[in-house]
Amino acid sequence: MTAKLRVPGWYRAGLFTVLGIAFAWLLVGVVRSAMHFPNAWDDGDAITIVSLIAAPLFFLVGIGCFDYWFYWVSGRATRAEDHSSHGATSWKDYFRVNTDHKVIGIQYVCTSFFFLFVGGLLAMLMRAELAQPGMQFVNSQQFNGLFSVHAALLIFLFVIPVFAGLANFVIPLMIGAPDMAFPRLNALSFWMLPLAGTMMVLSFFAPGGSFATGWTAYAPLSTEAPIGQMFFTIGVQFAGASSIATALNFLVTIITMRAPGMSFFRMPLLVWANFSTSLLVVIATPFIAASQFFVLLDRALGFQFFDAFVGAGKDGSVLMYQHVFWFYSHPAVYIMMLPGFGIISEVLSVKARKPIFGYRMMAFSLIAIVVLGFTVWAHHMFVSGMQSWIRIPMMITTAIIAVPTGIKIFSWLATLWRGVLHLDTPMLFALGFLTTFTCGGISGVMLAMIPFDIHVSDTYFIVAHIHYVLFGGSLFTIFAGVYYWFPKMTGRMYDERLGKLHFWATFVFFNLTFAPMHVIGVQGMPRRVADYAEQFAGMNLAISIASFLLGLSMLVFLYNMIVSWRLGPRASANPWRALTLEWQVSSPPPIFNFDAVPTVVGGPYEYGIPGAVHGIFQSPAEAKPTPAGSVATSPTTE
Amino acid sequence: MRRHPIIQMVVIGAIASAIGIALALWIDWFPADAAKQGHPIDTLYDVLMIVSVPIFVLVLTVILYSVWAFRMRPGQELEDGPPIHGNTRLEVFWTAIPAILLVSLCSYAYAVLNDIETKHADELVVKVQAVQFAWTFSYPQAGGRAVTSTQLYLPKDKPVRFDIQTKDVLHDFWVPAFRVKIDAVPGITTRLRATPTRLGTFPVVCAELCGLGHSVMRSTAHVVSPAAFNRWLADQQAPAQNAGGGEARQLSQQQLLALGRETFTGDGGCGACHTLGDAGTTGTTGPDLDRVLRGQSEDAIRTDIVDPNARIAPGYAANIMPPTFEQTLSAQQLDGLVAYLATVSK
Repeated sequence: MTAKLRVPGWYRAGLFTVLGIAFAWLLVGVVRSAMHFPNAWDDGDAITIVSLIAAPLFFLVGIGCFDYWFYWVSGRATRAEDHSSHGATSWKDYFRVNTDHKVIGIQYVCTSFFFLFVGGLLAMLMRAELAQPGMQFVNSQQFNGLFSVHAALLIFLFVIPVFAGLANFVIPLMIGAPDMAFPRLNALSFWMLPLAGTMMVLSFFAPGGSFATGWTAYAPLSTEAPIGQMFFTIGVQFAGASSIATALNFLVTIITMRAPGMSFFRMPLLVWANFSTSLLVVIATPFIAASQFFVLLDRALGFQFFDAFVGAGKDGSVLMYQHVFWFYSHPAVYIMMLPGFGIISEVLSVKARKPIFGYRMMAFSLIAIVVLGFTVWAHHMFVSGMQSWIRIPMMITTAIIAVPTGIKIFSWLATLWRGVLHLDTPMLFALGFLTTFTCGGISGVMLAMIPFDIHVSDTYFIVAHIHYVLFGGSLFTIFAGVYYWFPKMTGRMYDERLGKLHFWATFVFFNLTFAPMHVIGVQGMPRRVADYAEQFAGMNLAISIASFLLGLSMLVFLYNMIVSWRLGPRASANPWRALTLEWQVSSPPPIFNFDAVPTVVGGPYEYGIPGAVHGIFQSPAEAKPTPAGSVATSPTTE
Repeated sequence: MRRHPIIQMVVIGAIASAIGIALALWIDWFPADAAKQGHPIDTLYDVLMIVSVPIFVLVLTVILYSVWAFRMRPGQELEDGPPIHGNTRLEVFWTAIPAILLVSLCSYAYAVLNDIETKHADELVVKVQAVQFAWTFSYPQAGGRAVTSTQLYLPKDKPVRFDIQTKDVLHDFWVPAFRVKIDAVPGITTRLRATPTRLGTFPVVCAELCGLGHSVMRSTAHVVSPAAFNRWLADQQAPAQNAGGGEARQLSQQQLLALGRETFTGDGGCGACHTLGDAGTTGTTGPDLDRVLRGQSEDAIRTDIVDPNARIAPGYAANIMPPTFEQTLSAQQLDGLVAYLATVSK
């Protein structure tokens, strides 16, 4: 037993978590005693807050992804990174710290989908309450908690990390690298996520209930909220740190570890997309960290960043919170969308058997979105009471950002034109994405128009828009990507019939759920309400029924994934006849990805050119730049 | 032959767009239009729909046509499409046209914005005070005490400027029928303009999440004729001048109970947050009054209303119930409420 407590793993992690809480109690007690504060040793609020920060850090040391320095400091033998832990032979290996990017990718995806299902269940509870006017199942505190935790989980624990997970698996393979640039940092980034998610879910058990101020946590509501709020404030710090570390890792990997011959303009668009996303993450994410630190300091230590009642010596600024918050949270929309754009480019090109139309414009429009994405944040604040002139430039930039987005949509349409369309599940989700995301984009442009936005701000129109962008947009691309790379990740094929059933059920019930929300929004139903006027009763009942069916359609997906992973037919190395490098190795890939370093000799999407290849498995000296007649040689034979 | 499918698509697209636009214009999207600000915004919305529908139809038509015409047929399993890498002219076209369209829409929206936010010289100023979870409207009177009310009364066709403040957290003052809203922000006074143009009563809604009672933080805007408005103002000032307590005694016990019940169940009344069997309300933000008020004295009930933080029912937090009812209710209403609650909870 003691031996188990000394080696990295769950036992030591449990022990260290307890030590972390004990440390927090000691620290609070000593400081409060020294300051002559009351309740020195039993102030629940203070101990909880410090524990929320300390316990996860102790846990990370205990589980073994943050302990190298401590071995070194204590003069003991450090574990050299010999990659001996790479690969996973049983499901148990996914519950251990692992530095293999493929294992981490799958850990990320499975963890994120777990939180998708938790967040989705919370949404079902919300829709049950909203099926009729009046209060039936939950009280106001619980309801506000439901939508707050729903949004926080799905944004910070699902959409953002699931893209990071897919990219983690695919990107090193796509650029011909053996792993990410910093494998240990990669493992650390992953293990912060379940901590953040667990914290947010646990908030339901906090005294006073879970955080209930929306995922926006606007001050001063959040700085005066019960202790549950801190589970969000601190949880976001861990999710954000994870995101920043992963983004840095991607940037370094993409810049320095591309295979010989892979210039920037020979990179697949998914690599471009994650490069752009990572730029957004490293620049923007510190801002949400700052906004939540301000809330933490206000709530825990009585700072007065947001205490704005001038006259009593308080001169905080409430609007400052919103500016800092949205300076991250608008780019976050693109953090949640650009990787999806990348996935769609991969899927459409392969499934339409044609090169991506206007590759360079596709890459440049990503960069244009990154730059413009930082100039539009205050369009979330048209009715916030900020200086009115700021609204005008923000309206114009918001409208203009639709131009690069439009370029992408039109280029995808042109990619379809005269192709040979393979209408299987990933392609259906890609085409579904094109229609629903176009709706979301159009309602986005409408919302940019200040007079209309003034009417529909904080209504169900916003709820509809955000779900058309994040569900019809991001989630559809995630499904496309998961089905597309499922054979590569698991080495097995999914069930095509169930996949199609999943698509049609999701597509139909998605639209039935969210399209009517536009109508009740314009008619005047505010969002984030547990109870509403009688006139919206019929629509809300219809929405609730559709949403339950939408929830059921997810079970088809879950069943398909679990059963196919265990029992599906073996996948060949390249079932889609794709050119990008990840498909040129076995499914699942060898432990170190490539037995021979590939050399890239052409663009990633040269479909329709007889004999064209993207990369070959020869040393650069032997490789000839001409694609004609050469055949990709796979390092593993069947 | 090569141009044929495109012509077909244009025709189908035009028909679909026409149907879509007709549908979008036919649907009655907005609530009642009760202010001068309504019409320009509704028209902007119609224009946005007229522009948006064809763009969506274009995308949908190309997708559906491609699926129909270019789907893989048996025998094509190993075929590829033609290696088309791009077309600079087309790409310039679909960059420039949307950019021009969007800048035009922005210019139009800017004009509408100026229109709806025009200042007027003879504005009626209404001070809006937000507190968790109630609205108070006060009408400054030259040389006298301001008139205060929990209901919003406005004269028809008179430009109004709302000066909005909050006592605690963010709120958002919204009259959907006027189409305009703005946050109430701690520390600053925000301003909003509207000119009511239609007689009637319209909901006042809080649109910014403000805590547990957010969904019940409502009031009513009464748009009345200028004469009726002046009468109302005079009525409101009257009790203050002849010490309203005397009048209350004139009400019979019956009338007092009726007034109390009316106050309880009325718009933005106690019933929004509290359950009470006799009044038929089912709010759950505050304690269940059938339970907590049983056997309480009139004095205790009065204290609970005017100073809600004095004692808190187990399981509920302080600072949820507005501490302002002594100011926002008339003395008669308060007496009625206390009498009514004491009677039904015996």
